Amino acid sequence: MDFPSFYLDHLAGGRLIIGLIASLHVLINHPLAVGAYPLLTWMEWWAHKNNRPDVDHLAYRITFVVFIVTTTVGAMTGVGIWLSTSLFAPFAIGSLLRVFFWGWFSEWLVFISEVALIMWWFLTWKKADTPEKKRKHIKIGVALSIMSWLTMALIVAVLGFMMKPGEWNQTRAFWDAMTNPLYLPQLGFRTFFALMTGSVFLWFASFFFTKTKNALNPEPRRLREWIVYRLSHVVLISLLGTFLFGTWYWNAVPETMKANSSVALLTQEFMNWHGQFQTLLGWTIIAFLVVGIGGLGSSFMIPRWALLIPSFMGIWLLGHFERAREFMRKPWVIGEYMYSNGVHKDELAFLQSEGLLKHATYVKHREITEANKAECGQDIFMLACSRCHSTTGLNGVIEKFTAMYGADKPWDSAGMQLFIKGMHQTRTFMPPFPGTDEEAGALVAYLQELHVSPQTLPGVQSVGIVIAPEASKPATAAAAQPTR
Amino acid sequence: MNAILANTPIPRDLPLPLPVPEWLLVVCLVVFFLVHILFVNLMVGGSVFVVIAEWMGLKDKRWDALAHEIAQTVTVNKSLAVVMGIGPLLCINLLYTMQWYSANALTGHAWLLIVPLVIVAFLLTYLHKYTWDTWNNGGKKTLHQLIGITAMLLFFFIPLIFLSNVNLMLFPSEWEKVRGFFSSLSIGNVLPRYLHFMAASIAMTGLFLAGWFGRKNADLSHLDDFTRPELRRLFYKVCAYVTLGQFALGPLLLFTLPSVGITTQVYLIIFSGAAVGLLTVWVLFGELKRDDTRIGSRYWLIVALFSIVVLGMGSGRHVYREAALAGHKAAIKDRTERYAAALADFNKNLAAAPVPAWQTAEQLFMNCAACHAPNVKLVGPPLTEIAQIYAGNPEGIVAWAKAPGKKRPELPQMPPFAHLGDPSLRRIAELMLEKGAAVK
Repeated sequence: MDFPSFYLDHLAGGRLIIGLIASLHVLINHPLAVGAYPLLTWMEWWAHKNNRPDVDHLAYRITFVVFIVTTTVGAMTGVGIWLSTSLFAPFAIGSLLRVFFWGWFSEWLVFISEVALIMWWFLTWKKADTPEKKRKHIKIGVALSIMSWLTMALIVAVLGFMMKPGEWNQTRAFWDAMTNPLYLPQLGFRTFFALMTGSVFLWFASFFFTKTKNALNPEPRRLREWIVYRLSHVVLISLLGTFLFGTWYWNAVPETMKANSSVALLTQEFMNWHGQFQTLLGWTIIAFLVVGIGGLGSSFMIPRWALLIPSFMGIWLLGHFERAREFMRKPWVIGEYMYSNGVHKDELAFLQSEGLLKHATYVKHREITEANKAECGQDIFMLACSRCHSTTGLNGVIEKFTAMYGADKPWDSAGMQLFIKGMHQTRTFMPPFPGTDEEAGALVAYLQELHVSPQTLPGVQSVGIVIAPEASKPATAAAAQPTR
Repeated sequence: MNAILANTPIPRDLPLPLPVPEWLLVVCLVVFFLVHILFVNLMVGGSVFVVIAEWMGLKDKRWDALAHEIAQTVTVNKSLAVVMGIGPLLCINLLYTMQWYSANALTGHAWLLIVPLVIVAFLLTYLHKYTWDTWNNGGKKTLHQLIGITAMLLFFFIPLIFLSNVNLMLFPSEWEKVRGFFSSLSIGNVLPRYLHFMAASIAMTGLFLAGWFGRKNADLSHLDDFTRPELRRLFYKVCAYVTLGQFALGPLLLFTLPSVGITTQVYLIIFSGAAVGLLTVWVLFGELKRDDTRIGSRYWLIVALFSIVVLGMGSGRHVYREAALAGHKAAIKDRTERYAAALADFNKNLAAAPVPAWQTAEQLFMNCAACHAPNVKLVGPPLTEIAQIYAGNPEGIVAWAKAPGKKRPELPQMPPFAHLGDPSLRRIAELMLEKGAAVK
């Protein structure tokens, strides 16, 4: 990549931070926004129709939580995905923005209306004191539900695109990127998942809001049974929808993976995840089913604490799903177009022949000599490896090579160099090494140095940039003509 | 002064075209940014008004009520500030991809901190607003005030991060000197820009609140001790005097700007804007002289005049940016094109060259050599040992390589090689046996 490298060594380059921010965002967006808005609107409508102020008040109290969380953590983690990606993978977000401008732009317009509507809806709730005003107020909730679903519908296109760009790789057309093959299954999957977890969140909130100090007061209990019973329907139907779309989604993915990597049995690491994922999925579905069917049949039997379990399972499942989705995309950041280290597919052979250093900007040297070998290796590490690996920290290269070559004996440089050149064959989730043999040698020299004396590698945010002198020479000539 | 110094980084741009005509992005950037910054102004300025009025409210309760009313606007304006920021961010990312992301990276720690800092600040503004009536005396009131002050201080700091980026992206020749966020503050003229922004926040919030409380259908039932004209006058006054102060801060900003982007056009636009600004201040002070029955009647004229001023300043700022970066952008374009040409050439030759249909067994064996050496244990067992185990049985190696098990607890597990295909694996196996036998 030709950007200054922001880098957090101990955190595997820092992509963990994108992951945390993104997971938090999805955890708020799906249950609390996309899922909860329509359910809360429905509660408000039902309470109005059946004259049940207790249901209306419960909906209002839950909406208060939703309002606070979505307009703070929800909104800022959404922006945060962008801000953090700008640091860790500017090449990827920069490219996606050029492809998806109209998608993002319309998403923005919808997002503006979503934020305006949630404020309008919540802040005028108690002012709607006549039936006429209440009807109008309910309509705001309906509009809000539609808008929040639309923001998701637009942004999901980007995620699907990154995994399987489909026609776009030939046409480079916006609509082909938007209607990528994974779009519909993923959208359906997420929609039902959001409704399901939205109901589960409402259960969760009811746990707190139907608490009572007076055991003789039957009202909170009656309210809780009401909500458990109604939402059980939503959970069960959405579970079916999630399952159907999930199956479609799952079947749409592996074909690409087969085509991409031609490895039937991906990696052991992935197989482990896959196994864990299935177990987890099984238990989560069981938890949802038990509480759902229980709630349907005899909601009075569901204890308060049982309403919490599906929420925790849902969080776990969603986190796992997003992690697996991100992992399966490898070695690409944009499928068949750009590798996860920012190297384009069509420039790989060029760089392997000419060298990474020759065409990079933010490196110390252009020519590898015996004296600067390890320094060059460090720059190559930054360019080719640092988007996924740390040196000595999380997912560290030293840890990886120690597992292969042993902790306390010298490592075989020739073997390491061969491994680096061929690692995309043995570790198919890794991009091919995008440099010359000499550069692979320099990288090995750096790794050997790290092996002997482990040191953390600072990013430009701490130590600044160094520009290879040759990099600016032709440019100076170009800029010599006054452009003003 | 437009020459690019030798240590200016000239990176290669991303090889994708802009999705929309550049002029459209520029218009969007200038306009949306001003809308965004207006709400940021109201958020920052509002938090200051809240803190001051709440403090005054300790002596005179009516100020406390006013502070509470202003706090209700801050929580709305802060949401709009965030949401309206996305459009301009989208535009600046596209128009200045290479400069913008570089500035982000160079101030990376602070840039990343934006997310938690804004979340905390927002949560504090809600806490401040919703505990107003319950934490209202003694130590709780002090705590309440401290929450307001903390939120305000966060709102003071966060814009500085954005400002440092907007500033740093303009001066690529200075990037080499930067060592993190704080050192980036010494480049360009961050401080004058910051002061100008803060003053604008106070002035714009004054103007907004004059209209907000001054509007005909404003609910002033919680502000019994204030009359509508009184509120109008109060906020007009703040706006008028601070705007007058901008005539000192504005020139300070302009004359401390590095000369790299200064053009006659920039001066022309800025001075025209300042002239309209002068007119605006004159109308504002005129409004202040009117009696209670008539104060506020020129509100929309003042708003319109301010919009013209702000649009002028925003355009001037863009013209400066374009001039400052013209050389850098041209150099990047040139380098990107040269790289693309070399790449296309290379790929053309590559496509023309005959593709070896058949990798030799030696080439294929390179996949294995990283771990299997002739007679020492590298990662996996040496070839000598393999040759012993599989003597006369190359199919055994093929079967193992397709789905390796784990026989030796001390060694890492071998990855599968099924993707190489049976024929290739067979040739590799035979070569391995040959090599293993040859060592002995």
